[in-house]
Amino acid sequence: MTARFQLSRRALLAGTAGALAMPAIRPAFAQGAPIKVGVLHSLSGTMAISETALRDTVLMMVENINAKGGLLGRKVEAVVVDPASNWPLFAEKARELLQVHKVDVTFGCWTSVSRKSVLPVFEELNGLLFYPVQYEGEEQSKNVFYTGAAPNQQAIPAVEYLMSEDGGGAKRIALLGTDYVYPRTTNRILRAFLNSKGIADADIMEEYTPFGHSDWQGIVSRVKRFAGEGKKTAIVSTINGDANVPFYRELGNQGIKAEDIPSVAFSVGEEELAGIDTKPLVGHLAAWNYFMSVPGAPNDEFKKMWHAYIKNDKRVTNDPMEATYTGFAMWAQAVTQAKTTAVDAVRTAMYGQKVMAPSGYEEQMWENHHLSKPVMIGEIQGDGQFNIVYKTPTAIKAENWSPFIPENASRRRG
Amino acid sequence: MTRFLRLLAVFLLFAAPLRAQEGFEAVVAGLAGGFAAQAEAVERLGALGDPRAVPILRALSEGRLQKSPEGALAIDGRDALTGAPAPTATEAIRINNRVRGALRGAFGRLELASASDAERAAAAAGLFRARSPENIQILEDALGREANPGVRATMERALAASRLAAPDAGVRRQGILMLGGTASPEARGLLLEARTASPDLAPEIDAAVAAIDQRLQLRRVAETAFQGLSLGSVLLLAALGLAVTFGVMGVINMAHGEMVMLGAYTTVVVQEAFRGIPWLFPWALPLSVPAAFLVTAAVGAGLERGLIRHLYGRPLETLLMTFGVGMILQQAVRLAFGAQNREVISPAWMQGVITLPGGVEVTQNRLWIIIFSLLVLGLTVAAIRFTRFGLEMRAVVQNRRIASTMGIRTGRVDAMTFAFGSGIAGMAGVALSQIDNVSPNLGTGYIIDSFMVVVFGGVGSLAGTMIGAFTLGLVNKLLEPWAGAVLAKIAVLVGIMLFIQRRPKGLFALKGRAAEQ
Repeated sequence: MTARFQLSRRALLAGTAGALAMPAIRPAFAQGAPIKVGVLHSLSGTMAISETALRDTVLMMVENINAKGGLLGRKVEAVVVDPASNWPLFAEKARELLQVHKVDVTFGCWTSVSRKSVLPVFEELNGLLFYPVQYEGEEQSKNVFYTGAAPNQQAIPAVEYLMSEDGGGAKRIALLGTDYVYPRTTNRILRAFLNSKGIADADIMEEYTPFGHSDWQGIVSRVKRFAGEGKKTAIVSTINGDANVPFYRELGNQGIKAEDIPSVAFSVGEEELAGIDTKPLVGHLAAWNYFMSVPGAPNDEFKKMWHAYIKNDKRVTNDPMEATYTGFAMWAQAVTQAKTTAVDAVRTAMYGQKVMAPSGYEEQMWENHHLSKPVMIGEIQGDGQFNIVYKTPTAIKAENWSPFIPENASRRRG
Repeated sequence: MTRFLRLLAVFLLFAAPLRAQEGFEAVVAGLAGGFAAQAEAVERLGALGDPRAVPILRALSEGRLQKSPEGALAIDGRDALTGAPAPTATEAIRINNRVRGALRGAFGRLELASASDAERAAAAAGLFRARSPENIQILEDALGREANPGVRATMERALAASRLAAPDAGVRRQGILMLGGTASPEARGLLLEARTASPDLAPEIDAAVAAIDQRLQLRRVAETAFQGLSLGSVLLLAALGLAVTFGVMGVINMAHGEMVMLGAYTTVVVQEAFRGIPWLFPWALPLSVPAAFLVTAAVGAGLERGLIRHLYGRPLETLLMTFGVGMILQQAVRLAFGAQNREVISPAWMQGVITLPGGVEVTQNRLWIIIFSLLVLGLTVAAIRFTRFGLEMRAVVQNRRIASTMGIRTGRVDAMTFAFGSGIAGMAGVALSQIDNVSPNLGTGYIIDSFMVVVFGGVGSLAGTMIGAFTLGLVNKLLEPWAGAVLAKIAVLVGIMLFIQRRPKGLFALKGRAAEQ
């Protein structure tokens, strides 16, 4: 039994192969082996909740591109593996994709720790990874294109908004996060940023909790007490995963209204809100580069494509899905332009690629391997969607090496 | 000067309705603008005091106010001003936190004379937050009319807060004295805020803050204790079932967490089933308790008869097998219900805070879970102490062969005991669905904690399980403010390790022959 066959059987079990094995219309492809696209997202374990939708987004893009006759006249084929929310397994599966399946490009990873785990593999074997999630920055590999936001495209504008008149003019900030690399680095950057804005360390509270934390009563009442010191207070949340649900429930139960203590979250999107009654949370904020509620034709098209693919009109779209979509579209453009899928040629062709993203902005890939992206801030509404209260007029270029981390001074000059 | 002002006020009082007539519509039109224009329009509507503004502002706050492309406003398909049928091509007006804050102040002014106690109290609370010297007069008038003591107290606080914002130092001093007499953290915050604005009054403010702090001290201790009890009750619920299956029967049951998870999913199913029946829907959660007990007890009985009984006396195999069963159950639920978290609706009586005497605020869902955990504990103890099944169970645990010669069908007792323990775990799942995510891996988060509690309390002792659970909960919450949530948990684990070194049998070691086996 070949490895390929095994794999497609696994995909069948997951109920996804239908789309791959029998497209409704079979366009005639020119001769040549198919182009292989690796999908490295957790389909089981704690991150499955978030990452499954990204697997489906890649499969949707593959189906779409094949319906249009493929790429370079060749069929595009997805190779799906399941790293099961297990960080070392990510590295093994990445190696399998590159060496056994010889994929031309990989879309994958969610948590920063999984990305750090696969990075040496992609660099050693000169693979190409598209990483679609907002993250803490402080990284730039020639083998990775980062299509999510860097801190200056999400965290810093969000805190600026909280400190503005519209956002309530916060003077005291509670930084709450899950205990791992992304929240800790982001909060380090934010603390330096707040200090630079004249907010003293005494006016900053920082607390971390384990993954999946569910008992928020102590922390929420401490935030309440922290807010009772006579200065407008706001919460900046880098809480990840489903720990957000009990966190927001506790906020609602303890009667913390967004008018009094607004909170802005960096990892809470439409998908995460699907599991809670959002009525007590109306007015709390999230910062992203895309919301499902963005008006405009590019987003309508994206939503229509997603609902048609997933065959369920109730499924939501979110920011990492949009980043996956944009990354895939850019890669396809770069391959068309380079007339090959060879990694080095595609990398060069990627620089300067522009795509009209579902966010309604034209996003460009820069030589720092990061996208320019608009920043949007949305308020949670009663129906689990976001009401966009602020967006930047243009897409903003990423600063993956944050100027608020002192060690980066030499790097930025270089 | 004063006389002139008074005259001016009288003049404005008469002139205002005239100006309001023409101004009202113009101000309302501002609600269709940007957020800053909206906030300004809301504030002006509050200041105008025209009761026609109330339904419009209410609609705005609830997202029902719509605007047409021409800027005409409509509520539920009718023109907001005239009530005539409005054109359909309209979009809902959205607001942000700034507008919401302005709305709270406007409602405060407009509804201070409402007939409903709740609305007047809400209005006063809104004015407390909106605090502006302009409200001093209307609050004084409202206090003059007010008879309800609860509403009076809220109004007095709002008045004090408004006085704190007054330009006159004497008025501000009055406000400081009034706020210093309360025990409210919000008042403390206001005072500290005022301190930066008026350094001349700093000594008075410091004294008032110190007075509030003194009153708050006790309350904070009580709140920490409540949080510890609440965490303890969750640990107790999670561990009780295990105290039966592991503590009494000695089965290392790694599938215990999945029983909890099945209980939570039973809640989801019951809730879905009742969704179409409005009069029954509020009872979905209480009715889930027996349903979850029956479902998980049946699964437990099947598990014991089908698998575990073949492995008695082989703890390693039992551990591996139950671990495998747990994974199978998880995956089965994932296939049946999907990997996404499921939403369990909290009934109204489980939402929000209630204020106990002394001003201690406790969240209702946590309070109910503490009560529920004690009920479940009581039921478990009663079942073991006072029923025939309990007697037989104890007999089998103490000496299986003699129990058997007395005519007890030990196999049946084993199955029932395991079913009983699993059923308790299922009931715990109903409670946990209110505070945690209902997902297939709900149980994995509790299995370690459950074993920890049972071992710490003393294997086989229900009293030990209870005391162990509450001790761990309290210690965890006492450490948390200093060490943070992550370190507090680690510290508790290290503490237990050291404790088990000293007392390997836990807090309440069983004595006698059963313990020797």
